[in-house]
Amino acid sequence: MILLNGQSADVQAGEPVSAILRHMGLDPDARGVAVAVDGEVVPRAQWDSFALPEDARVEVLGAMQGG
Amino acid sequence: MDELASMQLTAAAGPVAAEGDTLTIAGRTMRSRLVLGSGGFPSLELLSEAVAASGCELVTVALRRVLAGGEPKAGGSLVDVLSAAGVGVLPNTAGCRTARDAMLTARLAREAFATDWIKLEVIGDEDTLLPDAPELLRAAEELIDEGFVVLPYTTDDPVLARRLADVGCAAVMPLGSPIGSGMGVCNPYNIALLREAVDVPVVLDAGVGTASDAALAMELGCDGVMVASAIARARDPARMAAAMRAAVDAGRLARAAGRIPRRRYATPSTPDEGLADFG
Repeated sequence: MILLNGQSADVQAGEPVSAILRHMGLDPDARGVAVAVDGEVVPRAQWDSFALPEDARVEVLGAMQGG
Repeated sequence: MDELASMQLTAAAGPVAAEGDTLTIAGRTMRSRLVLGSGGFPSLELLSEAVAASGCELVTVALRRVLAGGEPKAGGSLVDVLSAAGVGVLPNTAGCRTARDAMLTARLAREAFATDWIKLEVIGDEDTLLPDAPELLRAAEELIDEGFVVLPYTTDDPVLARRLADVGCAAVMPLGSPIGSGMGVCNPYNIALLREAVDVPVVLDAGVGTASDAALAMELGCDGVMVASAIARARDPARMAAAMRAAVDAGRLARAAGRIPRRRYATPSTPDEGLADFG
């Protein structure tokens, strides 16, 4: 089961990171978005090719007011 | 009060600092010595107004989980607002409690904002949000090895500041007092010592409550001041942003002008010579 931002997500292992973003209704070209899978950054250039491993913990982060 | 309330935020209240006075951090030269934190503004409109009134060229942003459905939608538009204002984005690692989390957040920020700059925060105490010195130094060292331009949020300890500068931090950002406390500069002596201890720019960060706090930081020799809550949570953020801008300029000018020494007793500014004798 894929864990997306701490919650189970309706995405299958093997799908690319970009599938997660679509699932979330995010524009993959939007600025201010970054993705980590299992504690490692997935660079934007790999969002279409990086396949989610089994039980991946995915963090999708965006710009927020702060600091 | 009415007169004060009707004050216009025009160029008349604008910069008074010497022409050509600039702050350079890691090769980036800025006319403004004020860094604005974007946190706490009730709306992006108020943030946008404050950015304009502050004259700042650098604004901090944070990274947080995006909720399904693309929330917070403010994410994208926050970047758009800052981009439209023509200011640089300084991502932070706010909320990180370990070097590991801060480093990962910094790497994510580099992806999200296409900048190597990071305001490094590693929090070590829940009540005071004071920095965790060993974790901070470790994260700074590793991120610099990875090519980041690191601006650490640090304590007002001159020795730690020197260690941070020695490992290659582009600037140091000592706290005046705890984040959001509005207590101003609690230990002016340490800030002055810290300024003498490092060769990199010193940007006072955290604790500023009102304009005089920012002026004091500059008078103590700081190269810049970062303000977030004091502007964002003011009744009128844009007006406070203008006040901070003027205060930073005033403190900078006063520092350059050289203050008179403090004395225990009065020194007459009018000579006694020629004083009338009325019998």
